[in-house]
Amino acid sequence: MSSHPTHIALDGVAMAFGTRPVFRHLSCRFPPGAISVILGGSGSGKSTILRMIGGLVRPQAGRILVDGDDVTRCSKRQLYDVRRRLGMLFQGGALLDSMTVFDNLAFPLRERSRLDAAAISRTVHEKLEAVGLHDVDRLLPRQLSGGMAKRVGLARALIGSPAVLLCDEPFSGLDPISSRRIEALLVRMNRTLGMTMLVVSHDVESTRRMADHVVLIEGGGAVEGPFATLRDSGTPYVRTFLSDEVDETLVDEAQQALAR
Amino acid sequence: MTDAIRTLGFLAVRAAADLGSAAAFFADVARCMVSPPLRLRSVIDETWKLGVLSLIVICVCGLTVGMVLGLQGYNTLVRFGATESLGAVVGLSLVRELGPVLTALLATGRAGSATAAEIGSMVASEQLDGLRMMSIDPLDVVVMPKAVAMVLVMPLLSALFIACGVFGGWLVGVRLLGVDGGAYLTSLETSVDFRDDVMSSLIKAVVFGVLVGWVATYRGYTSAPNAAGVSAATTSTVVVGSVAILVFDYFITALWGVTS
Repeated sequence: MSSHPTHIALDGVAMAFGTRPVFRHLSCRFPPGAISVILGGSGSGKSTILRMIGGLVRPQAGRILVDGDDVTRCSKRQLYDVRRRLGMLFQGGALLDSMTVFDNLAFPLRERSRLDAAAISRTVHEKLEAVGLHDVDRLLPRQLSGGMAKRVGLARALIGSPAVLLCDEPFSGLDPISSRRIEALLVRMNRTLGMTMLVVSHDVESTRRMADHVVLIEGGGAVEGPFATLRDSGTPYVRTFLSDEVDETLVDEAQQALAR
Repeated sequence: MTDAIRTLGFLAVRAAADLGSAAAFFADVARCMVSPPLRLRSVIDETWKLGVLSLIVICVCGLTVGMVLGLQGYNTLVRFGATESLGAVVGLSLVRELGPVLTALLATGRAGSATAAEIGSMVASEQLDGLRMMSIDPLDVVVMPKAVAMVLVMPLLSALFIACGVFGGWLVGVRLLGVDGGAYLTSLETSVDFRDDVMSSLIKAVVFGVLVGWVATYRGYTSAPNAAGVSAATTSTVVVGSVAILVFDYFITALWGVTS
């Protein structure tokens, strides 16, 4: 991992898919060394933020800074340099299905490092241990449960000891126990390694427990701050999203729809 | 009227953009091919997958096409008392046209569609994005070995198709219809010219290999990240690949005739 925590900031980002605008003027920052959780409704563009930071999609306007490097203006080669500081856990794990778990983790090391086979094997097993997995290295991704695939994906994201971990919906599709296990893993890694973490989530409860900083996407922009501050804010949408309050208007609308 | 012109203009611009993007993709893959590492192991693996697994289809089709040619050729030649020329009819038809063209069409349906579907499902399951986030170029690791393997495999499959076809023609003509075996082989040997027939056949097979490899990998790589995208990429590979093979077949034949 790099010696200093990495700063990430988005400045005036505008993004549209075809004619559908996702962000009009999105500006937010992600404090170094902290767990930032990105919340928002379905289709609000939470995952797109991670993909923009990783340079997988380019916004139409604005800047995305990773330690001062504007990824929107990086060439392909420069992007690969920036990505060496980033690790990403994809929603479905994104494991290479033709390779075993061991090879999935060893592959980036074989490609990018000069480590010998013994060192690669040691590193792979260390990372698998770190995410609480044993005796899975010979399995293929299709032989893993959803929770195990997420943890293997997490181990692979950590294999290059990145300074920043981007997690896209790490709790989706998991039972409560697996979900809490992944949450505990992320918190432990953040506290022990001081890693900057950006977590996209729908889960307000886990956000309350783990987030140092919350970015809530709303109306093509964002509001941000500590969880408690946002929950007590004067904006009804933000307050409703983060609290246990039930929006009576939505309940009425649902009842009317059912009655029809 | 204005709407029709607008639609036509839109389609023309989209077609030009698609062609430009395909050309840039081709150049990128070609660059990966010549820059280290050469990934021989992956190329051999892909050659096995594309070639060896197509063997049965190629052998069965080659044999039956040769048998049909033997039968049709005999029925025509017998009217002129020229059945000893059956070897020439079967050989020239297979070497000049049917061998490379039918092999390429079969390979498009069998190996090309499989390649497009495999890359397309890697796009849909974010495996290619996973590689990018590990600073690994999917063009180099996934696309290039498949494209190179297709170019290597096509002349070999075409040669096998021709050999099976000649054998099929011999089976029907000599064993079934009583044409003299020596006459069959002699007419085949004297009529098939190495430069005019065998070389042009080889060049056609290589060009078709490039076309099928290019179309299949490009369609898979640029497919929409969902099941419908994979399906569209597969269909488009077969359609575009088949049309391109037939169009290029005409031009190669015409150019070869001029240069001869």
